[in-house]
Amino acid sequence: MLKKRIIPCLDIQNGRTVKGVNFVDIIDAGDPIELAKRYVKEGADELVFLDITATIEKRKTLVALVERVAAQINIPFTVGGGINSIEDVGAIIRAGADKVSLNSSVVQNPELITQIAEQYGSQCIVVAIDTKLIDGVWTVVIHGGRTPTPLKTLDWAERVAELGAGEILLTSMNNDGTKNGFALEITDQVSSLINIPVIASGGAGIPKHFKTIFTESKASAALAASIFHFGELSIPELKQYLKDHKIAIRCN
Amino acid sequence: MIAIIKYNAGNTKSVQNALTRLGYKSIITDDHDAIKNADKVIFPGVGSASSAMKYMKKHQLDLLIPSLIQPVLGICLGLQLMCKSSEEGNTTCLGIFDTTVKKFPADDLVPQMGWNSFVRLSGSLFKGINVHDDVYYVHSYYAELCVDTVAVCNYTVPFSSAIRRDNFYATQFHPEKSAGIGEHILKNFLAL
Repeated sequence: MLKKRIIPCLDIQNGRTVKGVNFVDIIDAGDPIELAKRYVKEGADELVFLDITATIEKRKTLVALVERVAAQINIPFTVGGGINSIEDVGAIIRAGADKVSLNSSVVQNPELITQIAEQYGSQCIVVAIDTKLIDGVWTVVIHGGRTPTPLKTLDWAERVAELGAGEILLTSMNNDGTKNGFALEITDQVSSLINIPVIASGGAGIPKHFKTIFTESKASAALAASIFHFGELSIPELKQYLKDHKIAIRCN
Repeated sequence: MIAIIKYNAGNTKSVQNALTRLGYKSIITDDHDAIKNADKVIFPGVGSASSAMKYMKKHQLDLLIPSLIQPVLGICLGLQLMCKSSEEGNTTCLGIFDTTVKKFPADDLVPQMGWNSFVRLSGSLFKGINVHDDVYYVHSYYAELCVDTVAVCNYTVPFSSAIRRDNFYATQFHPEKSAGIGEHILKNFLAL
């Protein structure tokens, strides 16, 4: 049986791992390579590296960091942040990333999804959707959650799947940083609507939140950052809990 | 020296990184003499079957690969290209394995992306590996079961997770991305 994936996210700024509550008040949480190796050893199923300031500052993702990660990490990893063009994607893939994650740039230029899928395959393109409940409607937001768009989250999810995305990373801005659990309703709706994998993100606080998202939505994976970085929850502890609750999870 | 076949597909660097971590020297090359003279050959791949076959024909790799006599390991698209044909772009492939490649039905998530286990393991590639061990898969197409299947993965349909015929070995999963289990399988191949 295909296992549910646990994905630590390493938010990167100036080559270091950071994570802030609701993307503000950033706190340094260590060296990305060391942290990545620790997660692999503990049983992380994949890793995501997001240059969280990249979109705002228009900085290119750190290709040198990707090369160092690729040389040392023996599980798949995704790189996102400030990827605006097919050339950016090529540079990241050549540096050794398995997948790239795009967010604001594909909202502005949806055809980029198809271009990447045709050149590098759908499996390497993750579309990150930041969503926020605005006046009762789950709406796509960009630029780190600062800019609302006219797009409804469900419509956009369906569209990116049609355009050739291989996976959706769905982050609820209402839940991110709260540690009160994932956004169940929208994750369930998106994962039921489309037949590409959905990664639930934003709001993980305790093991039960992961169990709930896996049993009450069709999410293929769950992503978290700060609870892992600051040692509030260890991956082996989480996986044991999920295994005890009959969730299909990788334990080797 | 291990030769990693260079063609217009991704992930050759990932395979080289994995070999380097295991202490093996490798080159990424499409040079016929370098490939023929290598101790082992790895034929990796992420990409589309038809464009890969076009590149291979242009560089006459379609003639070279089936003629190799040292151990050869195909990975992912590499496995699929070693079969008779693929539904992906209706492509005629190398025909090393007597089976065909089909697309997963759309009634479940496609691609299969993530960690899955395998059953009915046999042969030297899986020495020390257990049926409950998980390895990493990313694919929308699969090779049908055949007489040479040496590991079976169950997704929407059962398919060939690994195939072996004579000196040709292949895995649908990515050993270079499958943590310790993948390293163990790569070591088994490298020890042949």
